[in-house]
Amino acid sequence: MPGPTPLPTPDTAPYWEGAAAGELRIQQCTSCTRYYFYPRPFCPNCGSTEVVWRVVSGRATLVSYVINHRPIPASDPPLVIALVQLEEGPQLMSNIVGVEPEPENLPLRMPLRVTFEQRGDHAIPMFTPAEGTS
Amino acid sequence: MTTTSMHGGDIAIVGASETTQIGSLPEVSMLNLHADAARNALADAGLTIDDVDGVATAGPLAMEVSHHLGITPRWLDGTMVGGCSFMLHVRHAAAAIAAGAADVVLITHGESGRSRVGMGGRGPNPSSPQGQFEAVYGAVTPYSTFTVPALHFLQERGLDREALAQVVVTQREWAVGNPRASRRTPTTLDAVLEQPPVAWPFSKDMCCVVTDGGGALVMTSAERAADLPAGDRAVHLLGSGESAEAPMVSQMADPGSFRAFQLASAEALATAGIGHGDVDHLMAYDAFAHLPLYMLEDIGFVGRGESRDFIAEGHTGKGGRLPMNTNGGGLSYTHTGMYGMFAIQEAVRQLRGEAFAQVPGVRTSFVQGVGMFFAAAGSLVLSNHRP
Repeated sequence: MPGPTPLPTPDTAPYWEGAAAGELRIQQCTSCTRYYFYPRPFCPNCGSTEVVWRVVSGRATLVSYVINHRPIPASDPPLVIALVQLEEGPQLMSNIVGVEPEPENLPLRMPLRVTFEQRGDHAIPMFTPAEGTS
Repeated sequence: MTTTSMHGGDIAIVGASETTQIGSLPEVSMLNLHADAARNALADAGLTIDDVDGVATAGPLAMEVSHHLGITPRWLDGTMVGGCSFMLHVRHAAAAIAAGAADVVLITHGESGRSRVGMGGRGPNPSSPQGQFEAVYGAVTPYSTFTVPALHFLQERGLDREALAQVVVTQREWAVGNPRASRRTPTTLDAVLEQPPVAWPFSKDMCCVVTDGGGALVMTSAERAADLPAGDRAVHLLGSGESAEAPMVSQMADPGSFRAFQLASAEALATAGIGHGDVDHLMAYDAFAHLPLYMLEDIGFVGRGESRDFIAEGHTGKGGRLPMNTNGGGLSYTHTGMYGMFAIQEAVRQLRGEAFAQVPGVRTSFVQGVGMFFAAAGSLVLSNHRP
């Protein structure tokens, strides 16, 4: 089933425009140099408004997850709903795709890379095992 | 006039009741669950609607409840932080009574969680941070969102999903035979582990029941409580705390512990002037089986990584030194959606000596709530003794 789509705000539009272009873009604070998520016009770590958008590596690791078996409006079950940590630091909720959704295929801390699922007019960032990719 | 403090036992819960029935109540609207619980709690206190000058609730607006009941309030609190809203209401009501802003506060909960009668819609605004960055991944229902950090918690402690099953099995014992409990027959580790997954590693019984029901509390000064017919059943507020972190599970600073549990509980113990060893009963809000594990460790009843063994060794069960979730919890007793009210109700029953599975000699109960998944926390220290 088709999943829900986001309704971007002016503050988050660059994130979703990046996704549509096949890029994962998040914000970095040029004062404290930390990356942060979700998008907002100031750094939640130090309060600075000196923030810029960056295209990030798309590399991440698997922090935690569930394999959902109940029908929910994002995908047909089973669906891996996961907490991932970007190489640049921030954590995101996402789905793990491109792998059979079984616990033995999903060890915590496994390396991941970003991929994008087209859903209506939106591209939704998701993650897939990084093994075998360059 | 004596000086009044919101802590130190000067403010008391003088009326407490759940709805007449809990479970599946397709004939009763959400608002009338509030009303039924409110009337029961006022009768328990020996007070009437006319005595109430303060109203606090979450779900509907506070004035929807006050108007529905025929109350003209001079104090309102609509603090909404999910299932632990009622812990915060107790804390805020006590401050208001201590400050003279209210004399008698009614705190109500009612939720048609199962039948959805008179309830609004569900789901986040698609332009909110939750809507844009979590709901699109299916992280919207409690079982597919609140559960996500658990695997991280377990694996960094060398535990597995058997620890979740242990929570279920131990808590079920408290609900066995209780006609108000939704799940009331004993179970085993194997039985829980072998159930089909809802959201692996969680099986069905590791997730709370979903019910209709409600509860209400009546609070006033201990001075006034002493003049009430049920004054000897007053339950005193010794300490409280509240905190919040991120309204999105993905933004928890540490998925393996919850800072708001640590902060709220530390403030509750400090304001009560007691230590962990002084607590002889614990209610640990269990929408899902991982939560009591987080709470035991984050409050500091046990060290990091010790929660599973503490439960498996029987310390939270019947005859244990820290009886926990003695109504069976959200996992076995009832869970309407915002369970916090039921955790407080059970603490009050235990302190009054009126519980279904009564623990002998309970003097001090600690109630730990959680709200909006891992977003907010509220903690109470309650006692049947005024220091």
